[in-house]
Amino acid sequence: MRKMLSLTALIGGLVAASTAQADITIGFVTSLSGPGSSIGIPYGRGIQAAMEYKKEVNGEKIKLIQLDDGSDPSAATRNARKLIEEEKVDLLIGTATAPSTIAMLAVATELKVPMIAVSPVIGQPNPADQWGISVPQPASLLVKVVADRMKRDAMKNIGYIGFSDAWGDLVYNGAKAVEAEDGIKVLTNERYARVDTSVTGQILKVLAVRPDAVLIGGSGTQGALPLLALGERGFKGKTYGTVALVNPDFVRVGGKAADGIQVSAGPVIVAEQLPDNHFAKKLALEFRAAFLKANNVPTTDGFSAYSFDGWMIFTSAAARALKIAKPGTIEFRKALRDEILNTKELSGVHAVYNFKAGAYHGVDERALVIVRLNNGAWTYEP
Amino acid sequence: MTADIAAILAIDGIATGAVYALVAIGTVLIFTVTRVIFIPFGDIAAFTALTLAALDAKQLPGTVGLVVVLACLACAMEAVSLARTGELRAVPKAVLGYLVLPLIVVAIVWLTMRFNPPMPVRILLALLLIMPISPLLDRIVFRPIADASVLLLLTVSVALHFALVGLGLLFFGPEGVRTEPLTSMAMEIAGVHVSGQTVLILAAALVFSGLLFLFFDFTLIGKALRATALNRTGARLMGIRPARAGTIAYLLGSLMAGVSGILIAPVNTIFYDSGFLLGLKAFVGAIVGGMASYPGAALGAFGVGIIESFASFQSSTLKDVIVFSLLIPVLLWRSLASQHSEEEVEE
Repeated sequence: MRKMLSLTALIGGLVAASTAQADITIGFVTSLSGPGSSIGIPYGRGIQAAMEYKKEVNGEKIKLIQLDDGSDPSAATRNARKLIEEEKVDLLIGTATAPSTIAMLAVATELKVPMIAVSPVIGQPNPADQWGISVPQPASLLVKVVADRMKRDAMKNIGYIGFSDAWGDLVYNGAKAVEAEDGIKVLTNERYARVDTSVTGQILKVLAVRPDAVLIGGSGTQGALPLLALGERGFKGKTYGTVALVNPDFVRVGGKAADGIQVSAGPVIVAEQLPDNHFAKKLALEFRAAFLKANNVPTTDGFSAYSFDGWMIFTSAAARALKIAKPGTIEFRKALRDEILNTKELSGVHAVYNFKAGAYHGVDERALVIVRLNNGAWTYEP
Repeated sequence: MTADIAAILAIDGIATGAVYALVAIGTVLIFTVTRVIFIPFGDIAAFTALTLAALDAKQLPGTVGLVVVLACLACAMEAVSLARTGELRAVPKAVLGYLVLPLIVVAIVWLTMRFNPPMPVRILLALLLIMPISPLLDRIVFRPIADASVLLLLTVSVALHFALVGLGLLFFGPEGVRTEPLTSMAMEIAGVHVSGQTVLILAAALVFSGLLFLFFDFTLIGKALRATALNRTGARLMGIRPARAGTIAYLLGSLMAGVSGILIAPVNTIFYDSGFLLGLKAFVGAIVGGMASYPGAALGAFGVGIIESFASFQSSTLKDVIVFSLLIPVLLWRSLASQHSEEEVEE
């Protein structure tokens, strides 16, 4: 009798498992540990908020499997393989650091599973074999929007100081590209390392060209270092930067010296200040409510919102793909990929997304607003 | 480059140099007594800054975990080595020194934290907590190979640095920290704006170098350390224990690194891996002094700071390249000018 019972239980379990197969399975990888965890943890919370906001598509349940890559590209690769080969996921979402994201994308392309990258991916995909798209605004756009703002503010001579790494190059080259279209003139190219204790020399050099404004190509807390040095030297001009600076520590460390800096950032950063007819307003406030409900803390960053937008792109594409095939099949994965690349004018909290084969990014200048730091709070500057 | 700019750069360079000088003096101190080029020195400075920041935020610093783990390891090693040589009677004393003492320090920090102590007390706690790390590392890593060649000790030292950075990430997390400025006053000296923090850094460097000088010249322990530095075997014959001298050197060195960490924390964001460059630049300064003379090391470190400051003005992208390129002519000059002697053979 007991044998019978256990056998029934076993069969019941098998039946349940096979019906569960019809759920859409999502493999999500983020960095909950390691150097990337400071943004990896918000990415994870963003996905929880997105699950809270939308748990099913056309009545099909969504099953989410989350793994930690420890900020390590090889672990991200293993995770991606495990999720595809063992968990049979229909879609990958990941991850916090660019190298790991690129590693995951390679696995996704090889095993023909669509992927939504929540970190920037650089390069041109092959349109015939493209399985991934990237949510965040590309760096070139970040800089272009802020440079256009400088032009609008009638800033002629710009001093530049940034990190002596790839990010510093990206921001500098972005500013130079706008210079070519005439308008602003970037007069200095001063660099400092993330571990430097002083930028006095570089700032003196910047001030020597008598700039109207200074553009900062740093990120996070260390981005405040040039601002502090400028404050010490009594610089009265304007300062500009990018969303890379936006975190609570930057505001705390920069203090009075950082006040007045204008940066280009996704609209979600200043959701409650947006005009009512702005595409991101309603959704961003709903996202914040969902985030609070899912994580019991308010959102303070822009990263969690990339996860959320990734989820929006996935659910809208999945709704269309479900009409073509059933989840868990090769046909469904292909349909999902095609539908993601067919995304048209989809409003998220960061941007309006339009994807097409042959490009990873699908955002335009609507994805960025200028925000200004006023007494420790970011305010919307239309 | 006007006179104004040169003056500003010079002051900035002196402030940076003073921090390097503290670390450089500590490096030389440890090298002369134990023959170990202690690469993880910068890490000790960075960990002090991280500890202070954690105390400021009323969190239990990760250093506590690090000290407890190291204390248990060191104590176990000491006990095993004593048991091997059959000196079981010395085991309680070893347990007291290697386990109980560090744990007492941790307990003090843990208890004092509950009363939200003021800034000076927090700084003291951070220094207290950082002090045991180097001597414990010495016991675990360097004591067993104390008589090995300088090159082997250096290799081990580099490996230790990487281990410490990994532990730093584990115990402190990936976030950078910056502490409150120790003073907000500023002054004008001959028309140049000088911040109070700069004055403080310089004063600390001078005071600690001065104290070290007095310690070596006027105390018995200091003299014993000098004797060990000059001739290990001779000092041993005179009844000085090189192992104990090493421990004292590490304690003093940690204090120097700790103070430089405290001074640098308000000026810059410190990450768990920020120590390496700091230690490396101080090492360049120490090399200028021939790894033997304290004034030489201090001067060398100030030189590195000033050159770094001027280099950051002339060509900021190549700043570090310029600083480290300095090593080559200095090393050439050193090796041509000094008398070569084969490393003294220990008994």
